[in-house]
Amino acid sequence: MSRAGSGSLPRYILQRAVLVIPMIWVILTLVFVVLRVAPGDPVSAALGGKLDQQALDQRREALGFNRPLIAQYWDYLSSVVRFDFGTTFSDNQPVLHVIRDNGGATLSLTLAAFLIALLVGIPLGLVAGRYRDSAADVVIRLFGILTYAAPIFFVGFLLQVYVAKPLGLPTSGAASPITVFTVKPVTHILLFDVFLSGNGTAIEDVLKHLLLPAVTLGLLICGVFIRLVRVNILQTMQSDYVEAAEARGIDRGKVTWRHAFRNALVPVITVIGLQFALLLGGAVLTESTFNWPGLGQKLVVYINDRDYGAVQGIVTIFAIAVVLISLLVDIVNALVDPRVRY
Amino acid sequence: MSIELIDEPVGVHPQEPVISARDVRVWYGTTRGAIRAVDGVSFDLAPGETLGLVGESGCGKSTLGRGLMGLLPDGAKRDGQVLFKGRDISSMSRKAAYQMRGRELAMIFQEPMTRLNPLMRVSQHFEETIKQHAPALSRAEVRERALETLRLIGIPPTRYKSYPHEFSGGMRQRLMIALALVLRPAFVVADEPTTALDVLVEAQIVQILNDLRRNFGTSMLLITHNVGIVAEACDRMAVMYAGRIVEQGSVVDVFKNPRHPYTRALLRSTISLRTTGLNFIPGAPPDLVDPPDGCRFHPRCPDAMNVCATHNPVNIERPGGGRIECWLSGPDDQIPAGGKQPLKQEGLAVADEA
Repeated sequence: MSRAGSGSLPRYILQRAVLVIPMIWVILTLVFVVLRVAPGDPVSAALGGKLDQQALDQRREALGFNRPLIAQYWDYLSSVVRFDFGTTFSDNQPVLHVIRDNGGATLSLTLAAFLIALLVGIPLGLVAGRYRDSAADVVIRLFGILTYAAPIFFVGFLLQVYVAKPLGLPTSGAASPITVFTVKPVTHILLFDVFLSGNGTAIEDVLKHLLLPAVTLGLLICGVFIRLVRVNILQTMQSDYVEAAEARGIDRGKVTWRHAFRNALVPVITVIGLQFALLLGGAVLTESTFNWPGLGQKLVVYINDRDYGAVQGIVTIFAIAVVLISLLVDIVNALVDPRVRY
Repeated sequence: MSIELIDEPVGVHPQEPVISARDVRVWYGTTRGAIRAVDGVSFDLAPGETLGLVGESGCGKSTLGRGLMGLLPDGAKRDGQVLFKGRDISSMSRKAAYQMRGRELAMIFQEPMTRLNPLMRVSQHFEETIKQHAPALSRAEVRERALETLRLIGIPPTRYKSYPHEFSGGMRQRLMIALALVLRPAFVVADEPTTALDVLVEAQIVQILNDLRRNFGTSMLLITHNVGIVAEACDRMAVMYAGRIVEQGSVVDVFKNPRHPYTRALLRSTISLRTTGLNFIPGAPPDLVDPPDGCRFHPRCPDAMNVCATHNPVNIERPGGGRIECWLSGPDDQIPAGGKQPLKQEGLAVADEA
């Protein structure tokens, strides 16, 4: 009994990882059922009225839609296991390539936005909560509400006009054509490839392109963090263990940092995971505002085209990604908070 | 193996009190006016002595304990003098007072479940506390000290690296006691240390507190509303009502011969096997923003006299030792003419009874 709790981290991670498989299976089944059992079929939805009946039937047969559902279900599951997520109907591309090229851009944008949101949001939230009702608190709270409430296209537009112009920053796309042309694709994620290439001008070019979209999106998320961290700090500053630490004469600074701040940041991990999963779907507005070649923009195009193949493949990969992120969040939570390991 | 942990012998001057409170007042500001939670309390505590502080909920017991520690929330004000071994700690700088906490003055709280940081191991709590006050100690010495204290309260050394959530409530309270006592403070405020625990654990904790007092000569202010614990663990007791100590004396004497009607009612309200009906004190404690004139207990007192409603009772030597504030105990020469007539009480409203 005495060793059960604190030493069982590897076991907890294993248990949690094993659970991922049934979770993914349930999600895959849901995706399949929703897309296939829904009335109408993919081919007539995409091409109905544009081709004659015979051509449509041919297409259906080629895509296997005339086979029994259970066989299609089996095909779907087994191809996912082989990392084959199908091809898009409208432009006949492997879904994996769409994810790799456009998803990579979205991932870069999301990562950079999170970096900004955390670097700005957590310190501001800590200050606001620690010095409650001070002038700083009022200003920070206002800032938090403002960034959260301001529409992305509006903030993006303001940044383009008032920041990009004077500083000479690009306002559209992920990189200059010359950079895209010269950098060798290794991971197919431009942000990573450019660093792998070690080309200084290219790195600068990519970072310059990334800055404004990342700030726009980062400000939006940082409002959430400011509020969350502030509320948590208020709570932990009043907690029994903080008072008890003060009664033991522990330094104010240490009490605030070790006892209040650390405990206040635990719930933030979960929210980071949730927000991250949300943003992977593509920050459509940010991507549109800055003409960012991300997944959000691409997904809108496919949905307009009624491209079931693309939608099913992308949704499948998303679902798996979200499950894996939640696994990661749980592991980080367990590392930070010993109570989770039970 | 016994390790000598006491840096300096406690109670060099046995006659000098460890803690001496002089007319201590604490009030909280509210929009209605100041709540006078503690209103002129004085007592002395000798080395190794345990004073039991009893009274109803809301009479200012905890506020007094925190006031002595300097652990009052923002918006509370303290007045009067608190002398620790002759030094006035109530007029010390914030920083100096802070440094005494944990080393000279310690506090044990009511609810042990939430008093330990859930993200820190027990060992880290001890290391943090010891390092704060004795930074020169090596890691090994810190560990040795912590383990020694844990051994005294019956927590095995194998649990040293555990997290708080792996302990039961009783064990956590023992950890809190160990944390409070690891630096051998001369004075400990124990604020209802057993209220949140079950009866068996309660007996255990009382036993531990008794042992520690005997071993280290710690003086203790034991705040409780359980009169039984006072009988078991205390040398003297003080009865608090509406912010004032109305009667204090040796436990044996006060139990055998309670002078104040409130003390009598409080002792009567305890439950034992012989209890046939529940005794309670009608009414509720008074509003501390605007307490009643004269004796604060007079509206609920079965023996109230005319003088009680108009004149504050005088704090006098209690027959049999201690102090008392009650006109029934005198001084007779200060009672105005006709003051000894029984007071006509207005009937208690039903609302007051609730």
